[in-house]
Amino acid sequence: MVVGLEHFLILSAILFSIGLYGALAKRNAVVILMSIEIMLNAVNISMVAFWRYIAPALMTGQVFVIFIMVVAAAEVAVGLAIIIAIYRSRETVDAEQIDLMKW
Amino acid sequence: MNLYLLAPEISLCALAIVVILLDLFIGRKWILGVVAVAGLIVPAAFTLALWGVNETSFNGMLVVDQFSLFFKLFFLVIAALVILSSTDYSFKFSAFRGEYYALVLLSAMGMMLMASTRELISIYIAVELTGISLYVLAGFLKDPKSSEAGLKYLLLGAVASAVLLYGMAMVFGLSGTTHLNEIAASIPAGGLLANPALLMGIVLLVAGFGFKIAAVPFQMWVPDVYEGAPTPITAYLSVASKAAGFAVILRVFYEALGPLSLDWGIIFAVLAAITMTLGNVVAIAQTNIKRMLAYSSIAHAGYLMMGLAAVSTLDPGALGPSGPGALVFFLAAYALTNLGAFIAIIAISNKIDSDEISDYSGMARRAPILSLALLFCLISLIGIPPTAGFIAKIYIFTAAVDYGLIWLVIIAVINTVISAYYYLRVARVMYLGTPLSEERVPSSWALRAALAFACLGVLFLGLYPWALLRIAETAVSIFP
Repeated sequence: MVVGLEHFLILSAILFSIGLYGALAKRNAVVILMSIEIMLNAVNISMVAFWRYIAPALMTGQVFVIFIMVVAAAEVAVGLAIIIAIYRSRETVDAEQIDLMKW
Repeated sequence: MNLYLLAPEISLCALAIVVILLDLFIGRKWILGVVAVAGLIVPAAFTLALWGVNETSFNGMLVVDQFSLFFKLFFLVIAALVILSSTDYSFKFSAFRGEYYALVLLSAMGMMLMASTRELISIYIAVELTGISLYVLAGFLKDPKSSEAGLKYLLLGAVASAVLLYGMAMVFGLSGTTHLNEIAASIPAGGLLANPALLMGIVLLVAGFGFKIAAVPFQMWVPDVYEGAPTPITAYLSVASKAAGFAVILRVFYEALGPLSLDWGIIFAVLAAITMTLGNVVAIAQTNIKRMLAYSSIAHAGYLMMGLAAVSTLDPGALGPSGPGALVFFLAAYALTNLGAFIAIIAISNKIDSDEISDYSGMARRAPILSLALLFCLISLIGIPPTAGFIAKIYIFTAAVDYGLIWLVIIAVINTVISAYYYLRVARVMYLGTPLSEERVPSSWALRAALAFACLGVLFLGLYPWALLRIAETAVSIFP
């Protein structure tokens, strides 16, 4: 079996769906953050696959992936800091109990 | 590579660093606010000096044209007003004023970049630079509500940016490039239904950007974040973040996906109808004024999207403004109006320490000028003359009618009538209720200056809109 572009894209779509499911269904804020990381890495896979098969002459695809990784790290740093701030005042990171405001 | 084209952003970044450094050495922290506002003159001067320039730099990543320059000035003015109105609020985080002002400036820089790039990688970086600064600002207070607002904003914002990236990956995969004009050249003929992958990419892009502008069904973060965040930041989110989202949507959809405008125009028309209806109907039930204005901000995202739906005028002899031109004018009018309303709320809420509408009872006797300003801004939000909100609505409705979206305009007019109920309810409580105490509401000179600027701007645009409309039409004339 020859591994082609579509295999990478299917893998990426599956990972993205798993991540989206985790982000919507999980209750622990840290796990939600991890699920978002899975979504971003799914995007990275399809970006690199597109670069390799569609536009290998340009560096754009690879550069994009590096930027996504850097920004994701910054996002996680801010996210963990906010989670710690919440834990200090509420002693929980359960998203269902962080419900002071509801419509 | 021409660094001078980047001078407004570079000087703004330098200003943010200067504010952080001054924070380390200065004991009297009020100076930081003065430095932050006065320093904004430098990037504004660079922007005005570049006025009329039409160039690209950094391999096509940075573009300086009328559109980006207009939005740069717009964000700088909003940042100045937000910092001025924060002076009465900053006692709540007195030890961290330097970081607060620096983050406001850095997110303004991200928004300026969002308006002035035509390349997917730099759009993503600009969106995240804005977003991450705003996540921190939303959770800036020590109380649990603010932290909760920060967490909700961060988690939903991160999911939205992952969705946006997936859409960008689809577009990149189909065109093999990240430059918007090259993407437009590589769009295959045959419309969206013949290209399911492109359809998926566009839907994902709409979802990712829809989060930024608070469009239904990506609006669930808005009420919670607006209620929990510090009030000046709520004002900032509701006008600047939304305007930056619309700027980047105009840029991406007109420059990269222009050939498909008939397809995405109808997506935005349907979203606009749902968004304005949901925002106005749910706003009726709110008892917290920040939450009510959050739903009002969702409803206004719906009105604004009418400008996106009215892609171009079918009748070349039409007298009305174009859809994008009316959209840009509406953004400016809405920014001044909403900032004015929030600034009045900051002063009143500081005194009574509550955001409940019932606690505003009899406020007209305790704070006559603030109440009058709030009433004036609410009238502009409804769209009654002689205010900017009235003219903006007329323009955007005209553009939609010229494009043939009569059904959308009818829905919008019905929504305007619904919205009058909940805005005027606040006015009734303020003017006809009995005061809960006789104490006057104090306010600082900085806050009064910001409030006066916003209200006079609303009145000026209501009486003499043509100058700004001409600038708005010039700004959007870059789009093919």
